[in-house]
Amino acid sequence: MILCRTLAISAAACCVLLGGAAVAAGVTEHDARNRDVAISDPARIVSIGGAITEILYALGFENRLAGVDTTSLYPAAARDKPNVGYMRQLSAEGVLGLNPSLVLAVQGSGPKEAMDVLEAAKVPLVLVPETFSEQGLLDKIRLVGHAMGADKRAECLTAVVTDDLAQLRELRAKVTKPVRVMFVMSMLNGRAMAAGRKTAANEIIALAGGVNAIEGYDGYKIINDEAIVAAKPDVVLSIQRGKDSVDAEAVYVHPAFALTPVAVNKTFISMEGLYLLGFGPRTAAAARDLAIRLYPALAPQAEKFAPAALTANCRQ
Amino acid sequence: MTDLADSRAESAKRRSGYALRPAASLTLAGLLIAVVGVALIALTVGAAGIPLARLPAALGLWADASAGPNLARDQLVLWSIRIPRIAAAAMVGGLLAASGAIMQGLFRNPLADPALVGVSSGGAFAAAAAIVFTDSQIGESLRFMQNQLLPVAAFTGSLATTVILYRIASRSGRTSIAIFLLAGIAIAAIANAGIGLLVFIADDRQLRDITFWLLGSLSGATWSKLATLAPVLGVALVACLSIARGLDVLVLGEAEAFHSGVDVERLKRISIVLVSAMTGVAVSVCGVVGFVGIVVPHLLRLVIGPAHRLLLPASILLGAVLMVGADTLARTIVAPADMPIGILTAAIGAPFFLAMLLRQRGLVSL
Repeated sequence: MILCRTLAISAAACCVLLGGAAVAAGVTEHDARNRDVAISDPARIVSIGGAITEILYALGFENRLAGVDTTSLYPAAARDKPNVGYMRQLSAEGVLGLNPSLVLAVQGSGPKEAMDVLEAAKVPLVLVPETFSEQGLLDKIRLVGHAMGADKRAECLTAVVTDDLAQLRELRAKVTKPVRVMFVMSMLNGRAMAAGRKTAANEIIALAGGVNAIEGYDGYKIINDEAIVAAKPDVVLSIQRGKDSVDAEAVYVHPAFALTPVAVNKTFISMEGLYLLGFGPRTAAAARDLAIRLYPALAPQAEKFAPAALTANCRQ
Repeated sequence: MTDLADSRAESAKRRSGYALRPAASLTLAGLLIAVVGVALIALTVGAAGIPLARLPAALGLWADASAGPNLARDQLVLWSIRIPRIAAAAMVGGLLAASGAIMQGLFRNPLADPALVGVSSGGAFAAAAAIVFTDSQIGESLRFMQNQLLPVAAFTGSLATTVILYRIASRSGRTSIAIFLLAGIAIAAIANAGIGLLVFIADDRQLRDITFWLLGSLSGATWSKLATLAPVLGVALVACLSIARGLDVLVLGEAEAFHSGVDVERLKRISIVLVSAMTGVAVSVCGVVGFVGIVVPHLLRLVIGPAHRLLLPASILLGAVLMVGADTLARTIVAPADMPIGILTAAIGAPFFLAMLLRQRGLVSL
């Protein structure tokens, strides 16, 4: 253990010496636990959360990534990094085994025991707040950039994302008749689990100019069949989960959805999960793509809006 | 002396006709009215909100000249969502209560319950496995039956558990009920460990699905599911009457029952097959719903006595009442969401049961 620590420290020291001015030593970060975390050296990072990994790549820190979690699916190169498992089922030993000098974890990472061990191991652990909103997205980018000692790169990326979101707002303003969207997470034995308020799905629907058809509850819950009819969704939205996705045909023949415009107009939309719900730099692009699917009439205008976050270079 | 003669006459009467006493038919009629009453109440409430005034027209009872534009929607909501769900609740309740009653009679143990001997757990384990592995190679090869995978898995799991238990407990044509019960508890533990493992490897969405499955819900009941429930319930009703006398005599002990002319082994086989089919089909439709199988037969024994001829059909009816009542609450109190019904059957059934026990304490020995 002591040997490991020594090795880590010397490795870190080397990086600091070699990396030179790029690494601003001694940053303090105020994180989601309402605590100040002192970060001396962000040279070996374990990133837990797909959006955080995306941001790190966008800021050009992929070489410092020592490990990621299973939700880090974008960019594709992230999948080749050492994997510490699913964000809610982390093993403290697996994370510590990568000798991180900084752990950036999205709020909700766990289990708590693993997080406590990381804490006790004196690895700087920044819990990045997860709020599904435009402001939350910008704050997330700033926070990750600050933790990396790269405020300038973060400013560059936030400027790009802010601009994307503004263009998205203009696009949204052209929506005259908002459609009612129901996000269905899974459909099991005829029971639909749908997104209520305070979910990423709720927010991305709003960003795309739609209205969440469910207002009666928070989070993801099994929804009453009759409530589906009463909610009158125009569109059912879901995410692709490999072979496990919600099936369009199953939605159309479902006795409750069959009574809604969804079955009549065959309006089932399925998008990639991390892209749609990740709340990373690509969120504005995802919302635009969703808006095009929701409002085909807006497509010509939407095509003109090319989200800059996909191509922007904020890597130095 | 007269007592003895009376009891002889009574038992002769039982053997020849085994007729229901008038009080018994009254009980059944009362319960039937209760089922209809609860179902009618259930019919009037729901998240889609059909006002009472529009209900008769929507049901097609009479053509209302003033029927508004909502008529078609009301009709569809009633006939393709609400009514199948109420019917499914009634049938599942009946199946669960009757399988509890049969199992308690078979094991001569008031605590026996399909959940206790692992039949439900086996079904739940198979269902959880189906949830977790749909995304794998196995799931891919079963893709053609994606929508039926879960109920089929649950039913197969329940049935397989029973077959294994039966094999363990049977030796040279005789089935030891004590071993069946003990092995059942062990199998339940194994199945629960398996569920724990699946919970561990499941991702967030699968975890939610498993949790909701383990708590049971009648959401998603359709006519096609009723079509699988109804035949099982029909067979169960007929079979109940044929095994009722056997179960009554079995209370005396296996040897005594054998000497009274009951084919004990056949009785056990029929009962076990019946219970696993009933539980399996109930689990496959609505997941695991606890407590109905224990509370309902007990409650009835306290009131109408232990004779299975009456107890079994009465259990079916009271099970239906409890389940329809619980499901009505489940789909209304947290609307638009749907509350898992297992929470409610326990929350309604248990206090009622406790109150009964307290009132009858000292009057009956269980």
